[in-house]
Amino acid sequence: MSTSVVEPPTTTKPVLSARDLRIATTSGYEILHGVSFTLQPGKILALVGESGSGKTTAGLACLGHFRRGLKHTGGEIHLAGTGDYGNILDLPEAERRKLRGGSISYVPQDPALSLNPAMTIGRQIQEVLQVHHYGDSEEDRRARAKEVLAEVGLENSETYQRRYPHQLSGGQQQRVGIAMAFACRPAVLVLDEPTTGLDVTTQALVLQTIAELAERHGVAGLYITHDLAVVAKVADEVVVMLSGEVVEKGSTAQVLYQPRHEYTQKLLSAVPDLAGRRQVGRVAVITEEHPAINLASGHVTAVQALQIPPSSEDRSNLLEVAGLKLSYGSNKVLGGIDFSLARGESMMLLGESGSGKTTLSRCIAGLNDDYTGIVRLNGHALSPGTRARTAEQRQQVQYVFQSPFSSLNPRRTVCESVEVPLQMSGTLSRKQRRVRVLEALDQVRLGESYLDRRPGDLSGGQRQRVAIARALVNAPALLVCDEVTSALDVSVQASIIDLLRTLQAETGMSMLFVTHNICLARHISQRIAVLQHGRIVDFGSTDEVLKHPQHEYTRELLANVPTI
Amino acid sequence: MTHLILRRLATSVLILLAVSLLVFVATLLLPGDPAQAILGQQATPERLAALREQMNLNDPIWQRYLSWLGDLTVGDFGVSAASGGPVIALLGERIGASLVLLVAAASISIPVGLLVGTYSALHRGRTGDHITTGASLVLAALPEFVIGIWLITVFSTTIFPILPSVTMAPPGEAVWNYPSQLVLPALTLVLVVTPYITRMMRATMLEVLDSGYVEMARLKGVPERQVIVRHALPHALSPVAQVIAIQLAWMAGGVVVVEFLFRYPGIGQALVDAVANRDVQVAQALSILIAAVYIVVNLLADMVGILTNPKLRTGGSR
Repeated sequence: MSTSVVEPPTTTKPVLSARDLRIATTSGYEILHGVSFTLQPGKILALVGESGSGKTTAGLACLGHFRRGLKHTGGEIHLAGTGDYGNILDLPEAERRKLRGGSISYVPQDPALSLNPAMTIGRQIQEVLQVHHYGDSEEDRRARAKEVLAEVGLENSETYQRRYPHQLSGGQQQRVGIAMAFACRPAVLVLDEPTTGLDVTTQALVLQTIAELAERHGVAGLYITHDLAVVAKVADEVVVMLSGEVVEKGSTAQVLYQPRHEYTQKLLSAVPDLAGRRQVGRVAVITEEHPAINLASGHVTAVQALQIPPSSEDRSNLLEVAGLKLSYGSNKVLGGIDFSLARGESMMLLGESGSGKTTLSRCIAGLNDDYTGIVRLNGHALSPGTRARTAEQRQQVQYVFQSPFSSLNPRRTVCESVEVPLQMSGTLSRKQRRVRVLEALDQVRLGESYLDRRPGDLSGGQRQRVAIARALVNAPALLVCDEVTSALDVSVQASIIDLLRTLQAETGMSMLFVTHNICLARHISQRIAVLQHGRIVDFGSTDEVLKHPQHEYTRELLANVPTI
Repeated sequence: MTHLILRRLATSVLILLAVSLLVFVATLLLPGDPAQAILGQQATPERLAALREQMNLNDPIWQRYLSWLGDLTVGDFGVSAASGGPVIALLGERIGASLVLLVAAASISIPVGLLVGTYSALHRGRTGDHITTGASLVLAALPEFVIGIWLITVFSTTIFPILPSVTMAPPGEAVWNYPSQLVLPALTLVLVVTPYITRMMRATMLEVLDSGYVEMARLKGVPERQVIVRHALPHALSPVAQVIAIQLAWMAGGVVVVEFLFRYPGIGQALVDAVANRDVQVAQALSILIAAVYIVVNLLADMVGILTNPKLRTGGSR
């Protein structure tokens, strides 16, 4: 496939070139089918694709590293500065080790997992300098560690270097990872989704650091990601991968604004954007196919429509939260939350990790009963804790968890998982339950064939659909979605968002959509509550909050949203 | 960190108190009268009454418990009913002998277990790994007396008559003067304990080897030996320390069977004798002692956990 794509004309000699790279599992199943790309000094190449497309495998191959169970079956990787520009995959392991962290370094996806938790950050940076014999003395290496910490915008005092990873925030941890990668002045940098877990403000800072350093030191970067908005911000060139093959490559402008391959177009159309419409001509907006909401006229109409309910009963709010507080010891998690949610309304609860958004949604669902304050459903105060609530109240509020990989019991079939809420009410026979399960699966666009399959056979998106079906099976009035798309690829995220909107229009249920991703706002919610340090700092209709943010934090988030 | 350790210490003291209460109540429930046991069936009622008075057996139970506990805290374990001498003098030698056995077994099984487990993890899926996991599974399935008897059969009967099957140190002489007699009992304990340490070490090591920071260390170009020693081992050790603690504690109690098997003059023998002779004071002292070993060893394992985890060490402050 890669051969059919025309190589862009190169002016300088590439620092690294991968040619026809083939990697297979040890049992013989090929994962990369001949991938080729080149990296230019001072330029960043983005390797785009969804999980399972082989992009990380290709990135690690550039360092001559293959994960357990994978082996190199063909192709070459040439790195400038290694003898006569030889194939590094031919080198013995000891030689390849000397390249890693020295001439070519790696920035991992999740710094929380990739920094050694039992070593101070100073020592971890020193270590990479030591093993590559950087400088002439211990003194030189200490000076370099200080220098590189300053370069990534961190404090470089001795006391700061004595900190452990858990004493830093996510953004700081990632910058330590970047400092470690830059420490030995590498020629090539492989970045594996380095900003995935970070909020947009921190992401912007990290991206800026990377771009600056790469440019200043003439480092060639390979940026692995599935987020096209980030690609637009950092990359000079883009390679799009689909199941182990390169389907499109070219300059960033060319790939993002004139995508030729169908898959690239699909990926682009799946990127949520803040404005709710693409600046780029031909690309479809994900909610456009959605019949319930007309995007051109905006969500404001939808809110207004909702504010004129048909019957008097519907005029009352479905959910009211008043003075909700929760603290663990001296640690105040929630400091007095008040809001209400109308019938059929969808509200986004926006906040970074640690803002208390998940705790709040768990309190509402009764999964956390340590709170004080009042949660009212249909005007009746709910007891804290699901055990103290009636079966009917429990059925009214349903919860969908972040990771469909851990929220479904791997030993149960889809039918067994989805019918659990029905078993709990205990009024239906086995046959009736199966019919209801089938209806719910139908609602989430999964057919009868899924009934007896197990989560292991399903993709992430299908699993999340099953989890949503389980929440729907009792026809709830309120669906609490806790970061339901965070563990999914962008294209799958789009289909899940689409599904949730459709379901909401079909069933008229209310929805509380908890997320850290402000870009989803216009695609999912009529109102936004921005949560910071356990308080709602900004609240209003989506349009209002996005156009006239009241709080500094919201303004900062909005300023840092990457867009295509 | 100090706060955490102090809390652990306080809990340990509380547990020890609870154990002392249990031991005391349990010995109360033992059939028979200690005074009768000391004086024998022919004792006159007057003498029995006098002895009861002397041993404070007529006091209310809580008062007896408190005075016993008070004596314990100053190291007074009371007077042996069987020999008439102080318990501490009777047990001193036995405790020493058992300690020799435990220390010998522990100092072999811990390093061997850690090394073999690490080797096994590093050679995952290869022949060496299959052999060690298979062997450790078989050994873990065998009870200590089976291993002991098997060792005796092989090494001290007709097959290889090279080692003594029982301990026969002349009274008053220390066991460690006859090292060949120590081999079989110590080896039995080693063979019982090592498989658990090996298996646990292999399991945690495998998990750690698959972790992000080990991969990162390799991608930093750190030499493999340093990756294992500096990045992998420290994280694998803390869970293994818990298993080692349980194994050491088991040895303190499980030594009873092994000592009985080899007629080894340690606390296990002493406990068996004490129960047979209704020697309440000795049985109480030994039970408390073994419980204390359990608690201390677990406390040590917790400390290892705290020391290898900077999150606990630094109190989680950001």
